[in-house]
Amino acid sequence: MFEIKRKSKIAPDIFRFEIHAPLVAKKFQAGQFVVLRPLEDSERVPLTIMKADRAAGTITLIVKAIGLSTRQLAGMNEGDTIADLLGPLGKPSEIAKFGTVAIVGGGVGTAVAFAVAQSLKEAGNRIINISGARDKSFVILEDDLKEISDELIIATDDGSYGVKGFVTEQLKDLYQKGAQIDRVIAAGPLPMMKLIAEITRAHATPTIVSLNPIMVDGIGMCGGCRALVGGKIVFVCVDGPEFDAHQVDFDSLMRRNNAYRGIEQEKEHACKLDAQIEEVKNA
Amino acid sequence: MPNDLPLKERMKIERHVMPPQEAQSRIGNFDEVNQGFTLEMAQAEALRCLQCKDAPCSQGCPVHVHIPDFINQIVEGEMLKAADALLADNLLPAICGRVCPQEKFCEARCVLGKKGQPVAIGSLERFTADATANQRAARPLGELPAPTGRKVALIGSGPASLACAGDLIRMGHAVTVFEALHAFGGVLVYGIPEFRLPKKIVEYEVNVLRRLGVRFEKNVVIGMTLTLNELMTDQGYDAVFIGAGAGLPHFLGVPGEELIGIYSSNELLTRVNLMKAYQNGAVTPIFSYQDKVVAVFGAGNTALDSARTALRLGAKKVHIIYRRSEEEMPARHEEVLHAKEEGVAFTFLAAPLEFIDNGQGWLKGVRLQRMRLGEPDQSGRRSPVPIEGSEFNMELDLAVIAIGNSSNPLLRSTPGLEFTRRGTLAVGENSLMTSRKGVFAGGDIVTGGATVISAMGAGRQAAQEIDRYLCEMA
Repeated sequence: MFEIKRKSKIAPDIFRFEIHAPLVAKKFQAGQFVVLRPLEDSERVPLTIMKADRAAGTITLIVKAIGLSTRQLAGMNEGDTIADLLGPLGKPSEIAKFGTVAIVGGGVGTAVAFAVAQSLKEAGNRIINISGARDKSFVILEDDLKEISDELIIATDDGSYGVKGFVTEQLKDLYQKGAQIDRVIAAGPLPMMKLIAEITRAHATPTIVSLNPIMVDGIGMCGGCRALVGGKIVFVCVDGPEFDAHQVDFDSLMRRNNAYRGIEQEKEHACKLDAQIEEVKNA
Repeated sequence: MPNDLPLKERMKIERHVMPPQEAQSRIGNFDEVNQGFTLEMAQAEALRCLQCKDAPCSQGCPVHVHIPDFINQIVEGEMLKAADALLADNLLPAICGRVCPQEKFCEARCVLGKKGQPVAIGSLERFTADATANQRAARPLGELPAPTGRKVALIGSGPASLACAGDLIRMGHAVTVFEALHAFGGVLVYGIPEFRLPKKIVEYEVNVLRRLGVRFEKNVVIGMTLTLNELMTDQGYDAVFIGAGAGLPHFLGVPGEELIGIYSSNELLTRVNLMKAYQNGAVTPIFSYQDKVVAVFGAGNTALDSARTALRLGAKKVHIIYRRSEEEMPARHEEVLHAKEEGVAFTFLAAPLEFIDNGQGWLKGVRLQRMRLGEPDQSGRRSPVPIEGSEFNMELDLAVIAIGNSSNPLLRSTPGLEFTRRGTLAVGENSLMTSRKGVFAGGDIVTGGATVISAMGAGRQAAQEIDRYLCEMA
């Protein structure tokens, strides 16, 4: 069980894994995740599933090596076996014919954005995918996204590939050009999702975000992943991971995600976004 | 010690207490608090038993262990026979001897308790299990009946399922236990701390079941990885037992509960017990408890486990905050005693109104309100009534919420399964069968949070009912 069938490096510190997990592959629906432990003594890590191949019994995960356990996973190779893998977990994404759906993925959030986009495309929606990366070297899953998008916008912070700027600016552009957007789905860093929520609130577009809090068991047992949504405590692992973006208290979630000070690298990025959030709010 | 000692002499023997690790040293480690009886102590304590014919102690036990029988074997020095007398009714004596609230069950009924101290039945049970562990592991398996050809799936690997598995396998049925987490034992491994129940004891019991032929499968969460339908149709299980426990932690519902520094007891205990955060080199992140002031809300065993875990993680001061008085505390008596010895402070008749932010999203304190006791509520305990104008603040670094759990939500969407308004699984009182044919349930998922021994009792009752159901199948 849980043998790594294929592994490739798709960006600096970002890896694509195909893992043998037939029961998970059979049940997977877009939006769901797994909790895995690479080695016997590793931490339990939640990772969203990009796609599943039921015939081969495999699931595809996109992993950024940022913490100890994700680095352990990144150090494993084809033929190695993952100690524990539990899933699929969480509620599947709501799939229906909404019309035009803009799907925004930032960083490894692109994996879940792909999964949801693929299912929504099959359900007859027009898909605009906006995928963001720091620079050209961090652009991931472009070929996969092309296949399922009616329109694909790749944005890099420095303009080294695609268009220059944040994904949030691309979404604003779409609105400014008068695009009819019936639903927005965002998955990525919390500051990005917060800003998306602010932008779409102004246009009253129903918006869903896929949250990625700190988690231990993933089955509703510890409450570590709790978030405030609509003023009420929810458990992201069993009540989510997808929620109405306009109801989510992003600020408390961002603080909670930094509780162990393990996630420092998004800080600089977050600062730039904070300025924009103010801009949008004041607009 | 002579076993023909006259009754009068026997009654003069004072109750023996297991020697505990000294309080000041034990809060610096996660080793077991109680060191257990020696053979001499056990035999002297066993002599106190009056061997009552009607055995009121046995009637007080949820699984009706023949207590005088096993105690008599201790007096005789026949430890293996004592163990077998225990095992006839209780498959997990090393666990129950440690975590069962004997003062509410067997020891509450002991005749000696009317005038003095009851026989230390729990300590004797524990001694019997521990003293024979190696011998029991080494002896050949007793004869198992011919396989019936029937397959039973057990969901969850906590005490209800373990007890159910032990009986079903001895009835000749094929048994598979499915567990969502990466270790077997349910609350015995994620919930109860090492200093109260060493994990190697749980491992031992799981291995006993393995030797008997029970299959254990981890990383399977029923309702997500596999459904009940798949178990019963595709995988050919003839019956299912749901012993998934009450795992969803309650929160207080007061403002500020999302602040950093607040754990549910499940999260603290899972990080420490299951993920081994108490060991050097463990990778699980955990707030630093070193020199911190901690409040634990609640007064059950889990609250005390959390408080004592916090002490062992280096906390400077740990408060238990409970809205009723000491008398209503649902925790096991010995745990309260141990917690007091270790320096846990108790604030009774106070309830939290809100948690206070330090301005950066971290917990800084709690606003509390004094309570007084009013009329008894549905649980029979006097309910707390707020006293107006009695609000006060307490400065805190960390808090733990330990006010109970409700049943895990993952099964609730299963078609055909009926739940009660409280979110527990509805079952026939005697049949333990759910609204779905061939699907049985027991333990906390049916009762809400209760005890290990009650869950075991339900697991055993379910085994009887499942056996009957399987035998009646065409």
